[in-house]
Amino acid sequence: MEANPRSTGRLPAAFLTPGSSSFMDFLSEHQPEILPGNRQLPPTQGVLEAPHGTTIVAVTFPGGVVLAGDRRATMGNVIAQRDIEKVFPADEYSAVGIAGTAGLAVEMVKLFQLELEHFEKVEGATLSLEGKANRLSTMIRSNLGMAMQGLAVVPLFAGYDVDREKGRIFSYDVTGGRSEEHGFAATGSGSVFARGAMKKLYHDALTEEQATTLVIQALYDAADDDSATGGPDMARRIFPIVTVISDEGFRRLTEEESSVIARSVLEKRLEQPDGPRAALL
Amino acid sequence: MSTPFYVSPQQAMADRAEYARKGIARGRSLVVMQYADGIVFVGENPSRALHKFSEIYDRIGFAAAGKYNEYENLRIGGVRYADLRGYTYDRDDVTARGLANVYAQTLGNIFSSNAEKPYEVELVVAEVGATPDGDQIYRLPHDGSIVDEHGSVAVGGNAEQISTYLDQRHEDGMTLAEALKLAVQSLSRDTNGSEREIPAERLEVAILDRARPQQRKFKRIVGRQLSRLLEEGGATDAVGDTETDAEADGETGSARDSGGDVE
Repeated sequence: MEANPRSTGRLPAAFLTPGSSSFMDFLSEHQPEILPGNRQLPPTQGVLEAPHGTTIVAVTFPGGVVLAGDRRATMGNVIAQRDIEKVFPADEYSAVGIAGTAGLAVEMVKLFQLELEHFEKVEGATLSLEGKANRLSTMIRSNLGMAMQGLAVVPLFAGYDVDREKGRIFSYDVTGGRSEEHGFAATGSGSVFARGAMKKLYHDALTEEQATTLVIQALYDAADDDSATGGPDMARRIFPIVTVISDEGFRRLTEEESSVIARSVLEKRLEQPDGPRAALL
Repeated sequence: MSTPFYVSPQQAMADRAEYARKGIARGRSLVVMQYADGIVFVGENPSRALHKFSEIYDRIGFAAAGKYNEYENLRIGGVRYADLRGYTYDRDDVTARGLANVYAQTLGNIFSSNAEKPYEVELVVAEVGATPDGDQIYRLPHDGSIVDEHGSVAVGGNAEQISTYLDQRHEDGMTLAEALKLAVQSLSRDTNGSEREIPAERLEVAILDRARPQQRKFKRIVGRQLSRLLEEGGATDAVGDTETDAEADGETGSARDSGGDVE
């Protein structure tokens, strides 16, 4: 059997063997060595330094869900990258935001996108939102070996459930444990601060516009208290990535749109550094 | 002990070719055609679920006539090939030419190996380019040969007759509705020249639309959109009457005025 996919010869027998609709299953049978989880790990001493992504937040609103992330990647106490992208579309109706080791996380997203697309092409139907969330669980679990060496990937998955007609959020732990979050969720080093902000600002009748403002407020608070999270960078014009998923599908706010929200949040913070106040009772 | 009969290689190949051709001819023909904004696939298919056309990758579509289980197998092989290639390199490195070569090798190998029966399939692999000049259409007959086609192509039992009909009438820069109408006309002509009606429910239509904002250009045309396009194509008899089409089809953006392309 020609195991080399790079040759332009006949399709290898494995390609024509009926099997599952999963691209990962196909890879694990045909070329297991290129699956991220199957890599041989050398013994390491101490923690390997690699760029880490930090804060991802998500908020549901009637009609959809908003997923957003800051732009900073850090390596120890160094800012490794100021304009990293950590929020990606997974398919037409879902998106994934990643915190943790950037290199591994971006690769995981790429494989996840392909997994969903492959299923859709082979089966002629899309996976349910629950099915997509479970698939991501499996992928995180396969990374457990690396997570235990300090290279963890912790994504946040958000999507529009076409059957239930609402936005839903799933959060994960490093072991692949999955839990559905109601209303709002955050992951990454700045998530505790972001979650605190969202807890005070969230209510269940937000408009799409309010939801996008809310996530930027939350990211601002995360950046305020967590050194690994980057706030809006006015000098370089780097603004958070904000995506909206509704029954119309996935949409990423243009740089112009997110800069307008970020600027107005920033302006208010010049007068009121701690942000909007919630009523005491 | 009996001695085996001698069969000349020419005779053996001719027999295998005839076997495959007969198998393909049992199925209905289908048409793949360029139009101003992409490539349209049209075929008669009573099934809603078992498709003749499908997406292989971002800009690449697949059409097949013949034995379903055999071309389905090749289709999934192609999806695996494209996804693996895109994963190892980059999405741009998956091309119709590469895929067509792999299919040609596969079909050719099967055709000339005595261990397997030849596949009773005829495939079309099409890639939509950024401009009509960049469109690629490859036809792959059962024996593993590969034909680079332009404008329009028909495969299946009645392919030759349909191709002749299309070659005479196909023009560059047709709108989607015009191309669809021409395709349906060509498919509804029987071998003896008489015409029959193919109702919209029996048509399978898909497009590779270069104007689609998404990365994946493949789209099925079903239901209301299909009947609207069919009506539109029927209402405008004269090819080149783009004004009314552009208006009615503004929503899909698939019937932009093709300007100087129309001769």
